[in-house]
Amino acid sequence: MGHAAEPTSPSRRDATGPSLSPLKGGEGHGRRWLALAPLAGFLVLVGFFVASLLSGRNPAVLPSAMIDRPVPSFDLPPLEDAKPGLKSGDLSGKPVLVNFFASWCAPCREEHGTWAGYEAAGGVPLYGIAYKDVSANSKRFLAELGDPYQRVAVDRDGRTAIDFGVYGVPETYIVDAAGRIRFRYAGPVTPEILKDEILPRLARLEAGK
Amino acid sequence: MSLSTAELGHFALILALAVALVQAVVPMIGAARGQRGMMELATNAALVQFALVGIAFLALMRAYVTSDFSVLNVAENSHTAKPLIYKITGMWGNHEGSMLLWVAILTLYGAAVAAFGRTLPLRLKARVLAVQAMVGAGFLAFILFTSNPFLRLAEPPADGNGLNPILQDPGLAFHPPMLYLGYVGFSMAFSFAVAALIEGRVDAAWARWVRPWTLAAWCALTLGICLGSWWAYYELGWGGWWAWDPVENASFMPWLSGTALLHSAIVVEKRDTLKRWTIFLALLTFALSLLGTFLVRSGVLTSVHAFATDPRRGAFILGLLALVIGGSLVLYAWRAPALEPTGSFAPISREGALVLNNLLLASACATVLLGTLTPLMLDALGGPKISVGAPYYNATFVPLAAPMLAALGIGPLLTWKRADLAPALRKLGIAFAATLAVAAATGFAVEGRSFLAPLGLGLAVWILGGTLTELVTRVRPGEGALRRLRLLPRAQWGMTLAHAGLAVTIAGITVSTGWKQEAIEAVKPGEAVMLAGDSYRLDSVAPEAGPNYSADRGTVTVTRDGGTIAVMHPAQKFYPLQVMSVADVAIATTGFADRYVVLGERQENGDRILRIYWNPLVPWVWFGAVMMALGGIVSLSDRRLRIGVPQRQAQPAGASRAAA
Repeated sequence: MGHAAEPTSPSRRDATGPSLSPLKGGEGHGRRWLALAPLAGFLVLVGFFVASLLSGRNPAVLPSAMIDRPVPSFDLPPLEDAKPGLKSGDLSGKPVLVNFFASWCAPCREEHGTWAGYEAAGGVPLYGIAYKDVSANSKRFLAELGDPYQRVAVDRDGRTAIDFGVYGVPETYIVDAAGRIRFRYAGPVTPEILKDEILPRLARLEAGK
Repeated sequence: MSLSTAELGHFALILALAVALVQAVVPMIGAARGQRGMMELATNAALVQFALVGIAFLALMRAYVTSDFSVLNVAENSHTAKPLIYKITGMWGNHEGSMLLWVAILTLYGAAVAAFGRTLPLRLKARVLAVQAMVGAGFLAFILFTSNPFLRLAEPPADGNGLNPILQDPGLAFHPPMLYLGYVGFSMAFSFAVAALIEGRVDAAWARWVRPWTLAAWCALTLGICLGSWWAYYELGWGGWWAWDPVENASFMPWLSGTALLHSAIVVEKRDTLKRWTIFLALLTFALSLLGTFLVRSGVLTSVHAFATDPRRGAFILGLLALVIGGSLVLYAWRAPALEPTGSFAPISREGALVLNNLLLASACATVLLGTLTPLMLDALGGPKISVGAPYYNATFVPLAAPMLAALGIGPLLTWKRADLAPALRKLGIAFAATLAVAAATGFAVEGRSFLAPLGLGLAVWILGGTLTELVTRVRPGEGALRRLRLLPRAQWGMTLAHAGLAVTIAGITVSTGWKQEAIEAVKPGEAVMLAGDSYRLDSVAPEAGPNYSADRGTVTVTRDGGTIAVMHPAQKFYPLQVMSVADVAIATTGFADRYVVLGERQENGDRILRIYWNPLVPWVWFGAVMMALGGIVSLSDRRLRIGVPQRQAQPAGASRAAA
């Protein structure tokens, strides 16, 4: 393996010097462009990432095919005797928020504090739908964390959720006075999201009425 | 009260940042000016930096072990009722802790070069450690400014929030450290590449220094990916083990380019050519590792894995990424054209085969990158939300992998510089016949419904056949064969083991995807579900109390032709703290097939859902991966890499000036 660590060739000694030797001929130019290619590719990539970050879009906001469509028809039984259940007919006349939750879902628990604050502030009614949950567990969940909902319905088999296009709990829908879905938020609603994404839309809906 | 541990850790991190900044600048200036003292500073700085980050790491670990809930990070992610092992591993189950682990491993590699790189030329060593420190400084700043794990709570809660139950698992406990040992290990190849670009020289000796670090990182990454997919398989309960999830891809891309790098570094070492390409691969591999970190940590991508979605962190990481990768690529564009190859080779040669391997690996890596980033780019351009899944990868990745695997069977039999294809192919006669036989039998078994099954199994046999043929060719059966077998270099055994492991993995992938069977049924205790000739009878479901969960544990008896094969205990665990139900999958494996049972929800009428999978050959996917990693470790123990590193025979003029 005598040639493995062979002595430096003249051209390489040039390259180690403080300034680079000028490149010669067309081959050198081609090589130079080739060496630039990774950088160019990378800059394009960075451009996309910057655009994506600066767009301010929350990647959690998923588009919904149901936007501006009437709510699917459904009739769900109540969770508790004291509060009514929910059917599609209840969703017209005034804007409302419909929130899908489940006691087995950790983000729902995280989200619940936001709704406690929402309830205190007043505003449009908030209806809850317990998604694929054992009723006893849903009741325990609400007893423990508070019940911000004016109506709580049980969607045991998740069929209504599928019709709404629920992607995973928690999800929150704005339904306008005409009973059409106007906005969907997938994921836990934080106080910021409530303030920036949901309340302004509700205000616009109420003003437009 | 004396200075508390958390503040000590915080303070140590600040000092580590200061040391990293010094280590990044002073040795670099020393190397440029030929100042010996300034260059020598790098060694001690690297060791001190490692010690300081180590102190911070242990401080956070202490807070976790003692359940010090006055530390926000501990309060958010730990709980007194958690078993000790998960208190410790829970430390990197969250964003801040995992970043600290990342930097700890980075400084560990730096310290290893400082301590063991005694034969490295001083100037190269100074530059390598300076580059390593630049990366370290960036990530230390990231931790201190956006992700400080040592933040205190004014009013500590009585108990913590606990860790996501699906993360409380031995497979996942060791998945991040392994993965990070791999990701971060590629920083060594990166630092060596940048140092070589600054020096303007890449030679056989350089390749020999880079290779062990790359190999170590590659082994760790192989095991890390293997652990991750194994965890996904037995913990998530969907019966599969790979979903082309963006985060899985993020670990797979550096693996592909790292594999290419391992092979091209051999060419640099043996033949003194492919230099620019090898340097590029070294930069690319670490860039992809950073992208992996970035994809997970920013708000750019969301998935189950994105446990730290925060745009501010995303912006910081993006800046860091642009600096590290962009900076190195600018340097590459400027200096790489000056790296002259000296060796030449014919297209049909060992080099030629390795070039083909590299091109196909790089293209495969590019298709995965494209598949991962296209949804993001479309979204950035205001296009539709799409997701890219298995059909895309079957259409793009498989056609690239197949010729690569086909070439893999022949490549090792070719000689360096110029080879003759005919004798190599003649040696492979038996392997080729076996391949055809297996592919034909497979095609017959699936009745021509799928071409992937015969292709995959055929390739697995072909690779194994090629690998064994190569071994036999070296040993030459007959007189003295045993002695020749004993004298084979470890690197040779490493290659044989790794290539055979790849064959095993491919067989596992092919058979488990092609022949898996599943059944989902609601049953009452006493009833049975039939699948793949087995009867799965749900005997009973009994409540069970764990340390931080309560569970319903089922007993499922598996019988075949009247004889009992296995008694399995799948469970549905409920973690009250997180209000979360997790399936505890029961797996009975024979080594050739897995019986996989998930106990589902209780129905209103008292029935239980049983989900049962029969996964033939799926354990081979991981056996093969472990074989590949073992191959890497065996190769790493090769004499040549341990002690045989010769000094550079001819020091360049600049280096001898520096030494004076």
